[in-house]
Formats: sequence, C-alpha cells, structure tokens
Amino acid sequence: MKTRVLLVDDEKEFVETLSERLSLRSYDVTTSLSGDDAVEKVKNHLFDVIILDVLMPGMSGIETLREIKKIKPLIEVIMLTGNATVETAIEGLKLGALDFLLKPCETEDLVVKINKAYDKKAEHDERIRAAKVAEIVASPRSVLNEN
Amino acid sequence: MNTKWDMIGEQGLKFFGKMSATISHEINNALAIINENAGLLQDFTLMADKGIPLDPKRLNSLAGKIIQQIRRAEGIVRNMNRFAHSVDESSKSVNLSDIVEFVAALSGRFASMRGVTLEPKPTAVPVTITTNPFFLENLIWLCLDFAMDAAGEGNTIDIITEKTENGAQVRIMHVEDLAKAPLDRFPAEREKALLDALKAGLTAELEAGELVITLPRNINT
Repeated sequence: MKTRVLLVDDEKEFVETLSERLSLRSYDVTTSLSGDDAVEKVKNHLFDVIILDVLMPGMSGIETLREIKKIKPLIEVIMLTGNATVETAIEGLKLGALDFLLKPCETEDLVVKINKAYDKKAEHDERIRAAKVAEIVASPRSVLNEN
Repeated sequence: MNTKWDMIGEQGLKFFGKMSATISHEINNALAIINENAGLLQDFTLMADKGIPLDPKRLNSLAGKIIQQIRRAEGIVRNMNRFAHSVDESSKSVNLSDIVEFVAALSGRFASMRGVTLEPKPTAVPVTITTNPFFLENLIWLCLDFAMDAAGEGNTIDIITEKTENGAQVRIMHVEDLAKAPLDRFPAEREKALLDALKAGLTAELEAGELVITLPRNINT
C-alpha cells in the first residue's frame, strides 16, 4: 500500500508541484491549502504522514498540529518552515511533531523524513495490533465487550 | 531608554527587523516554488531517460511558473531595497499615496495572516509632503497593525490619502469594532514619540471606524 501523505501549505503553487513530485515517487498525496481544511480531511480520511507549513493564514501550523494530534494522535507530522519560524517549528516538536524541514528543501531529504515517519507510525500501529491480539488471546470474551 | 529619540530608535529597529523577517519569508516562499518546479523538470528528464516521452506543453508551463516566481521575487527584492533606502534621508519630499501603498504592500503578509485585506486607494492628484520617510512608514505600520487587530478576520480596510489645508492626511477606514479596541493603550508612548517627531496628529473617529493621521506639508517649517 502506498504511504498516504497530507500536504498542508497556503502556497497553492508549492503544494501542487510538491504533490506531483511526491506522487511520482509513489506516495498517495492529498493536499490542503489551510489548517481548517486539513483538520477536516484528517477527521474524514486516513493518513500516515502530514507535511505541515508552520506559517499559514487563519489556523496556524501550530494550532493545526494541536487539532490533528487531538483527533489522530498517531499520525506523524513533519513541519515545514522558513528560517524566520524555526522557533515555531521547535515548538511543534514539543507538541508531538516528529521533525521539521527548512524551505526550500531537498526532495530527497523530505522523502527520507516521510519514510522515517511512516516506519514510526507503522511500528506504533503494529504494537497496538499486537496488544489487541494479546488481549483477545488472554480473554476471548473481550472481543464481545469491545463490540 | 526613556527619551523620545531612544524610543523612536528602538521602535525603528523593531520595525526594520519585523519587515526584514517578512520579506525574507516571502522570498523563501518564492524560492521554494522555483525549487519544486525545477525539481519537477529534473524528474521529467530522468523519466525521459527511461523512455517516457517529454510533453513540450508541460515543460513550457513549468518554465512559465518559474518565470512567474522570479518576477514575484524581483518585486519583493525591489520593495526590500526601497525599504532599506528609506532611512537614507531624514527629511525628503515624498508622495504620500505612494508611501501608504508601499507600507500596505510590506504589511501584506501580516494582513493575510489575520484574514484582513488592505486596500490603499489611488489619488487623482499626487499628495506631496516633506517628511521623514522612515518615521512615517513606521507610524503608518503601527496604525495599520492596530487597525488590523481591531477590524478582525474577513474585513477590508480602505486607506485614503488626502490634501488638507495645512498638509495632508491618511484615513484608515472601515475599521470595524474600533470603538471596542483598546484605545486607552493606543497611541502608546512609541506612537506618541513618532507623532511628535513627525509633527503629526492621530485621531480615532469611533462612529465612522476611522483612524486619521494628519501630517504637516513640511516637517521643517
């Protein structure tokens, strides 16, 4: 299955081009031009990794990150930032973002970070699945309780 | 740091820093788009090496996007250069509408972050005054900053420049909720220092939702 990436940035041209480049590298990319739209998409769709611009009109990158982590805590987020907002990106790391990248960024650096983020999420998902299996094995009736 | 000039100096540096940061951010955004489009061109050539044919229309469109971003960056750099030179002379004859338009352009990113639109209106006849350009830019920015906060998301602020009997005025209009804004803290000492240095006045027309900056025809007389 392709890694599902949500790319969030208010610069339409940037989003369109980077999205195409990531698609050429076999990622399943969805785009958002605002934090509000990104949060809606996270509520309604499944993503593995989110690439999130720090500085956006309306809901800021940090506010968007907070909302995303409330809805889907296991989604990995990579913050995109200009030099002027590195401190905000660091704040993002404290709020649970996995990493940040300075714009303009090397696509191959971004690809490495997306893959790392995907591996981390997959590992989390696998742990949760294993814990659930162990719970069912220990107490088969727990499946009924869960339902 | 208590004298008027200390305050103006400190505030001026803050203003310069803030504008430089937003300018560099804007240039970075243009560079990021150029970078991605150039990268996409590279991707296409790699694909061509593997036998996937190049589409000339697509290549032309990508080149067009790169040119568009270069133009955008050129405009930003031009503004940056103009801004840097605004400290060159402490007294100069300036076209007020031109300065208002320039400060509105510099403030564009701050406006868009707040969901506010700034619309400086052109004047039929140039409104010329002799003033300190940098102090004036700083004062207009501080007033716009306050007005944008007061206006709130989704609003458009019109900015009009007019000749008056003794000089000129800048009207910052349609500031919704101006009456609810913290006018007890505005103008603060820094704005008062700039108003004093520019021999200018500032009034808040609460019912009309307007901030009006009045300026003398010549700061030196």
